[in-house]
Amino acid sequence: MIREPLIFDISDKGKRAFVLPELDVPPREDILEGLSLRDEIEGFPQVSEVEIVRHFTRLSKTNYCVDEGFYPLGSCTMKYSPKINEKIASLPGFVSSHPFAPHDLVQGNLEVLKTTEELLAEITGMDAFSLQPSAGAQGELVGMMLIRACLEERGNPRKIVLIPDSAHGTNPSSAHICGYRVQEIKSNEKGTIDVSDLDQHMTEDVAALMVTNPNTLGIFEADIKKIAEIVHSKGGFVYMDGANLNALVGICRPGDMDVDVIHLNLHKTFSTPHGGGGPGSGPVGVKRELEPYLPVPIIEKEENKYILSFNRPKSIGRVRSYCGNFLVIVKALAYIISLGPQGLKEVAEIAVLNSDYVRKSLENEYHLEYTSPTLHESVFSDKLQKKDGVSNIDIAKRLIDFGVHPPTMSFPLIVHGALMIEPTETESKNDLDLFIDAMKQIAKEAKENPEILKSAPHISYVRRLDETTAARQLVLRWNK
Amino acid sequence: MSYIALSDRDKREMLAKIGISSFDELFRTIPENIKLKKLLDLPSSLTEIELYQYFKKIAAQNSYVDFLSFIGAGAYNHIIPYVVDYLSSRGEFVNPYTPYQPEISQGTLHVIFEFQTLICQVTGMDIANASLYDGASGAAEAVLMAHRLNKKTKILITGTLHPQYKRVIRTYVKNLGIEIVEIGYNEKGGVDFEDLKEKMNDDISAVVSQSPNFLGIIEDLKKISDMAHTAQALSIVVVSEPVSLGLLEAPGKLGADIVTGEGQSFGLPLGFGGPYLGFMACAKEFIRQFPGRIAGQTKDVEGKRGFVLTLSTREQHIRRERATSNICTNQALCALRATIFLETIGREGLKELAWQNIQKANYALEKLCQIEGIRRKFSGKIFNEFVLEFSGDLSKIESFLRKKGIIGGLNLGEFYPELENCALFCVTETHKRKDIDRLAESLKEALKGKQE
Repeated sequence: MIREPLIFDISDKGKRAFVLPELDVPPREDILEGLSLRDEIEGFPQVSEVEIVRHFTRLSKTNYCVDEGFYPLGSCTMKYSPKINEKIASLPGFVSSHPFAPHDLVQGNLEVLKTTEELLAEITGMDAFSLQPSAGAQGELVGMMLIRACLEERGNPRKIVLIPDSAHGTNPSSAHICGYRVQEIKSNEKGTIDVSDLDQHMTEDVAALMVTNPNTLGIFEADIKKIAEIVHSKGGFVYMDGANLNALVGICRPGDMDVDVIHLNLHKTFSTPHGGGGPGSGPVGVKRELEPYLPVPIIEKEENKYILSFNRPKSIGRVRSYCGNFLVIVKALAYIISLGPQGLKEVAEIAVLNSDYVRKSLENEYHLEYTSPTLHESVFSDKLQKKDGVSNIDIAKRLIDFGVHPPTMSFPLIVHGALMIEPTETESKNDLDLFIDAMKQIAKEAKENPEILKSAPHISYVRRLDETTAARQLVLRWNK
Repeated sequence: MSYIALSDRDKREMLAKIGISSFDELFRTIPENIKLKKLLDLPSSLTEIELYQYFKKIAAQNSYVDFLSFIGAGAYNHIIPYVVDYLSSRGEFVNPYTPYQPEISQGTLHVIFEFQTLICQVTGMDIANASLYDGASGAAEAVLMAHRLNKKTKILITGTLHPQYKRVIRTYVKNLGIEIVEIGYNEKGGVDFEDLKEKMNDDISAVVSQSPNFLGIIEDLKKISDMAHTAQALSIVVVSEPVSLGLLEAPGKLGADIVTGEGQSFGLPLGFGGPYLGFMACAKEFIRQFPGRIAGQTKDVEGKRGFVLTLSTREQHIRRERATSNICTNQALCALRATIFLETIGREGLKELAWQNIQKANYALEKLCQIEGIRRKFSGKIFNEFVLEFSGDLSKIESFLRKKGIIGGLNLGEFYPELENCALFCVTETHKRKDIDRLAESLKEALKGKQE
């Protein structure tokens, strides 16, 4: 196997991969007078086109991806991304329009945005949406800002945000940037919010509860209406992290659970590709009460024409330029429209079926910290394997040898040695069985030959990497 | 359409394995009173062919793409070598997630490492991150970073910072007790140094400036940074048109402490505003407060070179509310496109690209200023954008141009009330001389018609 060099190491003076058409206006030197101009950029690449193509082709082959196989990365919803949506998002009318184009010349784009807002409102049971946030974390930030703006107008922004200990790390981080102190709510033995604990913590200093439902254990917070009632009774808001709505689409709606504000990740439930870590899109939905605070611009329809309106005096402002990750939104809309209401319901049904099937098939081999029924994902742990000195990381790395992407391990923090498995609805039974067989084999190896796990992976482009040294002796860029 | 891969037999077998007999039982933990009793009220499903036709019709309503346009203002029409589309659409790049498992994500990580290097090279800084959402949120993250570094609570921003970036900064800092003070611009269209000097004091955390600025003017970054440093404030430089860095001195060499900006010009289509690419670079002593993902080089157990995400103790999944940023998913695929773009056009190409932009824009500026009724608004040096002031009603001129198939510059009245009848024009390498001449002819006609 070729060890792929850094492009900078194969660069050499005079090589070109691209040539611009010749300048067709008379060049002038006087326009540069008084400017600080740069010297040659030292080390900047100079390579040929074929070298570029081989470099990136070979690099791509060292990546694992959903198109290649099972990717049960819990909470990330690594479902298959339909290919036609890529082609749709590359239509010239979408790709080549300028964000400052006159509104009457981009009616198609504005229709895409408005339609997406309306369909998401129907899917979630919320009243209005903003598609501006670029990803889930920015959606959370917007959601919390809306709550704060509303409370401020009522006279007191309050100080605290309650977050269950099973939440994703972006929740507390977003609340913090919004100027709130985070107070953790302990999960009960069932893995859900302890209503009496919430009741105690819920005071008039609390601005909001950030809840994930189903939570990161895959368990539905069945007391959600009671929870919302407690929060509302003290004048707080219920924020729902709907990054992953895969278990609920077409089955039930956050709006009907008395949630006040929610963000969605279009790159999860709505199939837009994850791109190696973005671009995503994190729309925010609200009930009427919070609508005046949504980011500007707002898409409005006036006399059969769409316009971008800035006439929202109470708006929190903007969190990014222009209208969000537009081309991502196009793909998500294509997904919703292609599936229709029946298809979306089927997404939730099969996502839960696949997850339950995997859970049932592995419960003899792996420990389940919380045994409550789960929906789209389940969280096992390495407790049984720990006895033989094998950790979740070893299990994950060994899965790579079996041609499967490992589950999520970094959270939920309430499960030590977590293996968070989310199959999604697009997997075939054959692929699920391959994964189940691999996990069983690994459980067996943990008892009989733990060394093979600890030294895994064995057949990848690189073997286990030294992350400690990477953080201690920082090499963050190429140098000559 | 359906993307389900189970047969009816599979479903039966799986339900049996779970020990239930219907799909309803899968959702037994959801209380009946919140379950939907009917299907969602959505349009009914479409086949692939119908879906494509549906969107083709919508996209065709965007007649903007048929016009000759001179709008820039933070989103630029540049050439994109074909290999960028070709390589970046490979499934291996499009369909993985964040490289949490480095052993099977070396492609993504290797690319991030090269991206970080390229951003360091063009900005003249020590370290860069794996990307942020866009230029605007990049600017906001830089402000938060400065506040974490020196704990000071006042930020000076130049009035010629992109108006949307200003608004995003204000939104981000609103709840954190950080005060934003704006500095005016002078007749050259650059920062008003008198005003800057007056407002500069020891309480200032950072000075945020943009070059070329929103009015197209190249700022004296050295002078701005020096003034910031005299009051122990940081100099944050925003670059919304990074093609300029093919020609202009790197901000890092002019005293910038943090350089952030919009990478859309590097191989991303206009796409009605997104997805774009925030980039950020800084001096290495600030690394602990640097936001976003960072890839680092290391070795595997056999001594082979590999890359991993590193310094994750700064990040939300470890540090939670004490993280340097809440960012998680960023713009990885956009960073990949920028990497392919920069490596393809290469050292000579980037220089030539910048050269053609500055030449064509200046050609256009001179040509348009010869027209009666058009005046150059600011005297500062420009890169690929400039402001023209029109005698008379700009909206009438705009509609005249429209009939000629041309979208002129961006009307600035909406952003700067004092710049009534002024428009910001952008000319890049994609404009041919005859396009510029056509604009000039049409404007001549428009203004003549008006005067008669």
